[in-house]
Amino acid sequence: MTFAIETNQLRKVFGDNAAVKSLTLQVQPGEVFGFLGPNGAGKTTSIKMLLSLIAPTSGGASLLGAPLGDRTVRSRIGFLPEHFRFHDWLSAEEFLALHGRLYGMSDQGLRQRINELLEMVGLAPFRNKQLRTFSKGMLQRIGLAQALLNNPDLVFLDEPTSGLDPVGRRLVRDIIHDLRRKGTCVFLNSHLLSEIEVTCDRVAFIKHGEVIQVVELKTLEDVKASVTIRAKGMSSETIAGLSQWGQDVRVDDEHISMAIANEMALPDITRYLVAQGADVFAVTPQRLSLEELFIQIVGTDGSL
Amino acid sequence: MNSTLIIARLTFREAVRRRIVLTALILGVCFLVIYSIGIHLIIGQISQVAPPALNQGAQSEGLNFLLMAGLYTITFLSIAMAALISADTLAGEINSGTIQTVVTKPVRRSDVVLGKWLGFAGLLALYLLLMAGGVILSMGLQTKYFAPNLLRGIGLIYLESLVMMTVALMLSSRFSALATGGAVFGLYGLAFIGGWVEQFGSLMHSQTTIYVGIVSSLIFPCEAIWRRAAFEMQSPLSGVLGMSPFSAISVPSGLMIVYAVIYALVALALTFSIFSHRDL
Repeated sequence: MTFAIETNQLRKVFGDNAAVKSLTLQVQPGEVFGFLGPNGAGKTTSIKMLLSLIAPTSGGASLLGAPLGDRTVRSRIGFLPEHFRFHDWLSAEEFLALHGRLYGMSDQGLRQRINELLEMVGLAPFRNKQLRTFSKGMLQRIGLAQALLNNPDLVFLDEPTSGLDPVGRRLVRDIIHDLRRKGTCVFLNSHLLSEIEVTCDRVAFIKHGEVIQVVELKTLEDVKASVTIRAKGMSSETIAGLSQWGQDVRVDDEHISMAIANEMALPDITRYLVAQGADVFAVTPQRLSLEELFIQIVGTDGSL
Repeated sequence: MNSTLIIARLTFREAVRRRIVLTALILGVCFLVIYSIGIHLIIGQISQVAPPALNQGAQSEGLNFLLMAGLYTITFLSIAMAALISADTLAGEINSGTIQTVVTKPVRRSDVVLGKWLGFAGLLALYLLLMAGGVILSMGLQTKYFAPNLLRGIGLIYLESLVMMTVALMLSSRFSALATGGAVFGLYGLAFIGGWVEQFGSLMHSQTTIYVGIVSSLIFPCEAIWRRAAFEMQSPLSGVLGMSPFSAISVPSGLMIVYAVIYALVALALTFSIFSHRDL
């Protein structure tokens, strides 16, 4: 099968400094892939290598089955850079028309697509306004529209929500969901863990330009979780008996917290407590958040 | 549409939107008005002072001098324009990151360079047409004097501005806009003084001095092209009489013009190569 992105020991050295040490990863077509790491981990450098903006020092990669630098495959790829600047003397509509033509789109199809996109990112009323008059959030939206002009099979979004207010973030999240539904592969580079958590299928943690771990977010709930139970009328034997489902059982008055292997244990725990005659008020599973996972995997020294 | 043409159109449109064209147009018209008034007043003075039967040759000699002064100024303005519009284009877009969304489209990087080159070449052609055309017409309508080989002369001035623009574009693909501007005007200064050294060398029949001039022209052929253009357009007599600031004694050969064309082509090819290989 052809991967949307496949890299093999991709490496970039600037002077003495290896910005990306050895990046090896595979991204499936149609998945939303999060690229997560501390500042200076080489995330943007990696994206730039994949897009042939900078040449790798060594290693190889392919996008949609074509080797890096293949020009024709770029018509199936969208890109929203971080800290982007555009030709700000163009109007929103002219800007999209320019980039559509660079994609080689026909004028007819382009006009329709521009209308759709301006509508989608909520900028239709500003179509004739010059980009120089746009706020940062509006620029981010028009940039996103630019990345989707060609109905790409693969989109790179480098910090797509920086500068956006909560409404804008919601919009980006909805757009990404929509892209996933249409089978578009999204490569998302973001610092916002909560955002990665709700949008991505898989996430790669990188540090010093190396993939430390790839985690499937759907199965995050199956791995390490914890539970908080509020119940009354438990004997110490009842509490001791909980340890068959997990560890670190801690009791604080009527609250019990414990680490469990996975969520499948919850119904059994509830049945057990009820059978032992306890009055159960609440059983609340606490999923390990991506933030905890991030710190666990990357460590707190990561940004140094 | 071909991506080279898209970029060429964009470059042209940017110059219009950013009021570069408007500014050049307004100041260009001011220049032409002042030049025309100057010609008018000078002609009036000459007809009062000079005996009516001043011979035809001497009169056209004076008019040629005035025309060449106008065209020389325009040549300088054109190459300044060429350097200013192209020095920031690649450097600026690389620096701001604007280039990133452009070169990740299915276009060749060399198409981007060529598109910008064509856009600037178009702008310079329009500018030169307005300015040189204005000066020649102003002189022609007031005095019925037209210098010889005007088309060839203007063509050479255009070539000079293209050489300047291409070199600025090349440096701008590697260095900052300021460094590029400094470098091209530095080169121009070097060629300019080299040209004068060559003129004096020619007057004094010093072959070594002439060589110094030729070498400086090889380093940057802009000034040499002007001297060839001036030679083409000067009146037959002034070539014999000697030196004026706007005429040429030691005339660069046709070979120097061929060299200048090759020089510009090599600079363009280098721009393709530098820009295609650099990290953005």
